[in-house]
Amino acid sequence: MSDISPISYSDKTFKVIGTRPVRHDGADKVTGRALYGADVQLPGALHGKVLRSPHAHARIKLIDTSIAEKIEGVYAVATGKDWPDLVDKIADLGEGAVHLKDLSENCLAVDKVLYKGHAIAAVAARDVHIAEAAIAAIRVDYELLPAVTSVLDAMKPGAPILHPGLKTETLGQPSQGPTNIDRHVHFETGDIAAGFAAADLILEREFETATVHQGYIEPQVSTALWNEDGQLKIWTSTQGSFTARHQTAELLQLPISKVTVTPCEIGGGFGGKIAVYLEPVAAILSRKSGRAVKMTMQRDEVFEGTGPTPASFIRVKLGATKDGKLTAGQAYLAYESGAFPGGVIGPGTMCIFSCVELPNAVVDGYDVCVNKPKTQAYRAPGATQAAFAFESTFNELAEQLQIDPIAIRRINGVKEGSRRVDGPVYPRIGYLECLEAAQNSSHWNSPLEGPNQGRGIAAGYWFNIGLKSSVSASVNPDGTVNLLEGSTDIGGTRTSIAMQLAETLGIPAADVLPKVVDTDSIGYTDVTGGSRTTFATGMAAHKVGLKLLEQLTARAAFLWDCDPAEVKVDGDLYRWRDQQLTFKQLAEKLPSAGDPVVGHASVSPEGPTNGFGVHIVDVEVDPDTAKVKILRYTAIQDAGKAIHPSYVEGQMQGGAVQGIGWALNEEYFYGDDHKMRNASLLDYRIPTCLDVPMIDTIIVEVPNPNHPFGVRGVGETPIVPPPGAIADAIFQATGVRATRLPISPPRLWKAMSQLAK
Amino acid sequence: MQDFDYAAPISTHEAVQLLADPGHKAVVLAGGTDILVLLRERRRRATLVVDVKKIAELNELAMTADGGLFLGAAVPCSRIYREAAITEKYAALVDATKIIGGWQIQSRATVGGNLCNASPAADSIPPLAIYDAVAEIAGPNGRRQMPVADFCSGVGKNVMARGDLLVAIILPPIEARSGAAFQRFIPRNEMDIAVASAASLVELDDQGIICKARIVLGAVATTAVRASHAEEALVGQPPSDELFAQAGALAERSARPIDDMRGTIEYRKHLCGVLTRRTLAIAVERAQSKTQ
Amino acid sequence: MAKKKLISAKINGEPREFACEPRQSLLEVLRDSLQLTGAKEGCNNGNCGACTVLLNGEPVVSCLVLALEAEGAEIETVEGIAAGGQLQPLQQCFLEGAALQCGVCTPGFLMTAKALLDRVPHPSEAEIRFQLAGNLCRCTGYDKIVRAVQAAAEGTNP
Repeated sequence: MSDISPISYSDKTFKVIGTRPVRHDGADKVTGRALYGADVQLPGALHGKVLRSPHAHARIKLIDTSIAEKIEGVYAVATGKDWPDLVDKIADLGEGAVHLKDLSENCLAVDKVLYKGHAIAAVAARDVHIAEAAIAAIRVDYELLPAVTSVLDAMKPGAPILHPGLKTETLGQPSQGPTNIDRHVHFETGDIAAGFAAADLILEREFETATVHQGYIEPQVSTALWNEDGQLKIWTSTQGSFTARHQTAELLQLPISKVTVTPCEIGGGFGGKIAVYLEPVAAILSRKSGRAVKMTMQRDEVFEGTGPTPASFIRVKLGATKDGKLTAGQAYLAYESGAFPGGVIGPGTMCIFSCVELPNAVVDGYDVCVNKPKTQAYRAPGATQAAFAFESTFNELAEQLQIDPIAIRRINGVKEGSRRVDGPVYPRIGYLECLEAAQNSSHWNSPLEGPNQGRGIAAGYWFNIGLKSSVSASVNPDGTVNLLEGSTDIGGTRTSIAMQLAETLGIPAADVLPKVVDTDSIGYTDVTGGSRTTFATGMAAHKVGLKLLEQLTARAAFLWDCDPAEVKVDGDLYRWRDQQLTFKQLAEKLPSAGDPVVGHASVSPEGPTNGFGVHIVDVEVDPDTAKVKILRYTAIQDAGKAIHPSYVEGQMQGGAVQGIGWALNEEYFYGDDHKMRNASLLDYRIPTCLDVPMIDTIIVEVPNPNHPFGVRGVGETPIVPPPGAIADAIFQATGVRATRLPISPPRLWKAMSQLAK
Repeated sequence: MQDFDYAAPISTHEAVQLLADPGHKAVVLAGGTDILVLLRERRRRATLVVDVKKIAELNELAMTADGGLFLGAAVPCSRIYREAAITEKYAALVDATKIIGGWQIQSRATVGGNLCNASPAADSIPPLAIYDAVAEIAGPNGRRQMPVADFCSGVGKNVMARGDLLVAIILPPIEARSGAAFQRFIPRNEMDIAVASAASLVELDDQGIICKARIVLGAVATTAVRASHAEEALVGQPPSDELFAQAGALAERSARPIDDMRGTIEYRKHLCGVLTRRTLAIAVERAQSKTQ
Repeated sequence: MAKKKLISAKINGEPREFACEPRQSLLEVLRDSLQLTGAKEGCNNGNCGACTVLLNGEPVVSCLVLALEAEGAEIETVEGIAAGGQLQPLQQCFLEGAALQCGVCTPGFLMTAKALLDRVPHPSEAEIRFQLAGNLCRCTGYDKIVRAVQAAAEGTNP
């Protein structure tokens, strides 16, 4: 029901929203008491380990587990043979969809291994050391197959084929196989030939980006207990308890009611903890052993066995008049989907021209299977690669036309009513406001201070999604409110959601007590991902607040024996004639005022919330070694309305630093044998605190018209601009236009040496 | 983790006996920052781990009677760089110990272990080599000493035989008018493996002319390599930026690097030149600051 | 299998005894045997700092310490730094300064930062960044962590 009309807050000053209370789960997290997935210790639990493929591509001829099974302390062994028959069905994960059969084969291979690190078998044993020994005792015979680990190679005729049955789907129509290309996306608008014909300057550039990983600090971990009554309980580190339940139930062919997923505190996800890996495997081992089974990945398993974001090849062609107005744009994007179909080419193609008005455009995108781990969502999935290519070309265009980079963005920037190339028309958005804030920032207006320095700028866009969220709330007699939610809290969303309920009820944030509960205890809620949680679950919190208000008003009226319509509510004050009660006083009287005050609310907001950001970066490049130092960084973003500004800043800062890592050093380094060489946090170089300066932030607030408080999602946009901005700054410092990520020292040094010749 | 036994002997003699015991495949545990990773990843096998941190002489860190340094093989990096006297005399060694891993690694990792692991990219080996450090080894047949420069015999290989234990590294006294420095190049700013590294030592005469030079490069060959041509070019010359650049160019020719995920042959050679030049400049500055 | 041995150590000020196999890391024993799950396993090979504890006052990555090596040692974990129901200033500053998002790296950062402030009461930003470089955080971009340490050092609000 939603007969309660939302209050318009546009002209209201907030009591709670915009303040910076201490997060509700804070004390647990600074004292070590918070229970993360690995901290779950069930009595008698076994430890599971996974055997992984040492080869990039091979047919499995034989798996002999007989020796492993005989090791003292081994209780169960599982292989791909333990999957039930799975029909070819698609499951929606919230941030993307997956074929169930592919998903099962990614969790435990059946007849082929498709990448180094691909799971083949699993063991449950008394302790982790015995499980490791048992894994080592499993014999697998392989027939090695030629492998391909680069997107362009995989598209060539004669390339090794990962899935013989795969057909390229173009506009819903399958092609003739065999191929590694599972999908071809195409859209166009206007007249591309006429657009380029009208241009005074046309630039066409090619870009490559490497495979990079989400790099969450907590490895995947799951505990499963398949009870004798047939109920399967799972404790796991996931971005979405309901999607984990859905995937696990489907893979094991169980009715969904037979599976309960308890989301633990989660040590980072960034899109990488939506698809299941360990949950169904631990469940199979639990069923076979009759014991709880806990499985934890080691770091090399995280790199080699879970989904990174795709490496890509992108070609961008832009045409503009000499006064900087874009006349046409064409893009070709080829993204790796990894070992199975279903990558992020869709959002990549939709984002590439999302910051500019482009009357004439053609976009073609290809999703391509390669012998690498199945790619997964990573913070604005597919957008960063596309933005690096577009923003770099756009910056070069501006330079050649001798137009200021902010000016050219303002000339072409999208605003309310602009139509994105793939169709949608933007509602009220804040891109131009972000550009204005960049223009006026102290960073943009202060000079660089030394030689070998450069300043770069780039913009970024991410849709931000709505999906479904549910909350429940009940008023306690001491004036606090329990708030139950299904959204896992990765970065402080308990508080940003609680604050929206607190604002609605006019009470302090600390008086709302949020709890993330299991899938049996709350209505369906989609993943914490897509920058949706503060937006959508916050909307549900507001909605439940309105329901509580209505009941509270009725209870006050009952106490005063008046018509509820005559009760006035102002903040936390309930008034009728000369009577008044604060929220707290009213709560105290509730036990003698009829039914308890409880509420449930669910929402399913449609359409994106459209987050735009602009980043400015200063770098210094060592002329001898080509090492890039980030001197100064400013991230500007439209948050709609920042509920808890500290955590909005935190998203901007964290996203920027991930983007810095992506730009400068992060990559999966493959040898000629198609095996990853750097599957450790030593050699896969995510930034340390010594690699970055303070990250300045400017929060722009252009309220989202489709949210009661004006919230837009903020989590993903900040990773989109950094590579383009840094590449631009490096150009300003060195004269080198880097077209390949990462812009690592050996690569940049080579380009600088060639430029000097 | 593979299964093994553990022993923590309190004397060198006892440790040598354990290491020599044919009934075991024994490995030495000092700081543990490499060996425990190798054992866990099954890149090394062992049935016995011999923890040498309870042996007094291996924990000794002291100036010797002649003004040199006795560096027990189990002394962690953090103890070394906290000693003002060592920073004063053996600055290049301190440069290295401050950047081996992060602080947590430095609390445990030892220079002795860094040497025994014989990684081509080991940060402490080039500094030890420029100081003409000597390794003291106890074995089943008694003790012997050998130059650190000859200690490593290949990637991950050293000259020690079964039952041998590195007891200490002894650094000879340094000349008053000398200075030294170590630098490495890494893409991050800490927590990384050297793409290339260089340690330089110079000694100045009364007139400020370079009378001795030592340059040792890391991560550009199977073991640390001495840049002899560069050293020769420096001797007898007054220090100058041009001279350092010339030495750097010569040092590049001593490097025999490989292409791998950390860098290309070309880039690593180039880095040898840069790092040689830069470490020479610091070494001379340090030498000059002592002579003033 | 190698026999378990009995180890005595002082953990967070209390004398504790535990039995462990030689191959067990200090991290494993703290978490699985002593239920001190504050130290986290992020990489199990010394590269992330999430398992940092203080061993005789020095920060170490407990995944690279054998539990047997703790014999007779004093160990401090994140569970031990708040005394008498009061958060330690670093903990308070991390909370007030929003210096954590997912929070899984937080225990490690707190322990290294505590070791730093125990030695250098007023570190510069450069010193803080240098000494905390062995602790990886993927969420925050480090800005608010560094500011929280500064605030704890200066006794101010972050």
